[in-house]
Amino acid sequence: MRFIRRVIDKIRTIGTAGDRERKGLSERGILIFEHTSDVIRAESSLKEAGINAQVKGPPPEVRTGCDMAIEFPLTSGLKVSQVLAEAKIKPLQVMPLQNLLLEPVSLYHVKDFGNYLMVRAANMKITISKSDCKIVNISGGGCPDVPYLAERLVGKNLDEAPEPRSLGHTLCGYALQLAYEELRRSCPG
Amino acid sequence: MSWLIVGTVPYENFPLVHSPCTTVDGKLRIGEQTIPILRGTPALLAAACSAADVLGIDPPRVVMAGDIGRGDGSVRVYRSLVVEGKDFEESLIVFHYLQPDVDWHNKILLKIEELPQKPILVADAGYMYVAKMSGFASSYDLFTPDAGEMAFLADETAPHPFYTRGFLLQEEEGVPALIRRAYENENAARYLLVKGRKDLVASIDGIMAEVSEPSVPTMEPIGGTGDSLTGIVAALLASGRSLPEAAALGAKANRLMGLLADATPAFSVDELLLVLPQALERTLSDQEFSYTGRASCHCEE
Repeated sequence: MRFIRRVIDKIRTIGTAGDRERKGLSERGILIFEHTSDVIRAESSLKEAGINAQVKGPPPEVRTGCDMAIEFPLTSGLKVSQVLAEAKIKPLQVMPLQNLLLEPVSLYHVKDFGNYLMVRAANMKITISKSDCKIVNISGGGCPDVPYLAERLVGKNLDEAPEPRSLGHTLCGYALQLAYEELRRSCPG
Repeated sequence: MSWLIVGTVPYENFPLVHSPCTTVDGKLRIGEQTIPILRGTPALLAAACSAADVLGIDPPRVVMAGDIGRGDGSVRVYRSLVVEGKDFEESLIVFHYLQPDVDWHNKILLKIEELPQKPILVADAGYMYVAKMSGFASSYDLFTPDAGEMAFLADETAPHPFYTRGFLLQEEEGVPALIRRAYENENAARYLLVKGRKDLVASIDGIMAEVSEPSVPTMEPIGGTGDSLTGIVAALLASGRSLPEAAALGAKANRLMGLLADATPAFSVDELLLVLPQALERTLSDQEFSYTGRASCHCEE
């Protein structure tokens, strides 16, 4: 019974916080998807189409777990719907932004191990050999696509390795993509 | 003590298995399935089995399915535990690489809370994320975060490490403050083993032990060294050690693996695990390292 009461209290708290944070409308909107992998695909398609789309954490009332949402300019709404339709990606919801989104991490940590260089973004780390830009290790993270991504990327050169976002499905996979992009910028090769 | 490990493997078609695990010729055998020792839950299992052998205890039972990140395998595991499975019979349960899902998490925790005798609960990787996200972190006995994940636990608003706010510095020097903040917001397990340059064992009362030797910085980039640590700690718990003792001894043994194997950043976890028996035996017999510690381990009961 004590546990059930804690569950009820927790749900109440989340609801109250959501209400308290509700603010005025914005010129930006958010797209909510069923699967994180849809978010990753949608972001790629929208960016390729030149739309200023950014991955953010969804507001509490639509959050279910390992979630991401896409923030976009509401003025580009039609183009967004066309791009998504062409890519056969259907959002669950499209709503105006109400200042409830969480910001993804934006800091990278670079560590030099002599012959190797490691970049961390959020909880994900990717390490290359400096001499040939070969990915020698992937560490950190906790979502099930991380071991899968590691199997497919480790041993490959940065130029030949698939981008993590092309295979990943989760926030950890997305964080790995950010580390990968930073490494591409930093790679001495 | 009987023990259970719950997780996933990165293969799409790997079936749901409920079985004890063993290591055979450098591979992992679970029921009818034989798989290589990859980072993730397989590395945790291999470390757990190898450590169990050294400690003279039975290997763990495993509930696991294939999942490459779509969450389908994790749901099969969740469903088997909540809907189709028997009651949890083990005294220690380790939850590992699973797709975070608050609804399934709460169903499992509710089932565990209803048991006459609550098992020791360890959460690492994705299950540690969802345990915190659910608001029930304090129902767990041990979390094993690194510095970045510690910042996530300390950030009461972050549902995933990806959204940890920037002002919570993820540098090692700030970890004690992050630990305090996580406990203040009830976002930590009863004990924490925070992995880093110094491995810290902490509770709500503060830091209980520091393990800083041997120092092998090249372990950080190697995928699976956190998994091996959790596997060793789980085996030590299953052998009857207390939580802080198991955490400190496990941290020491995991570091020794890196030293004995002369690890480089390009090592794989299975290369490290070759020396696990030697590392654990040496840790257990080391007169200069004990839980009440001196030398490289500063510990407080």
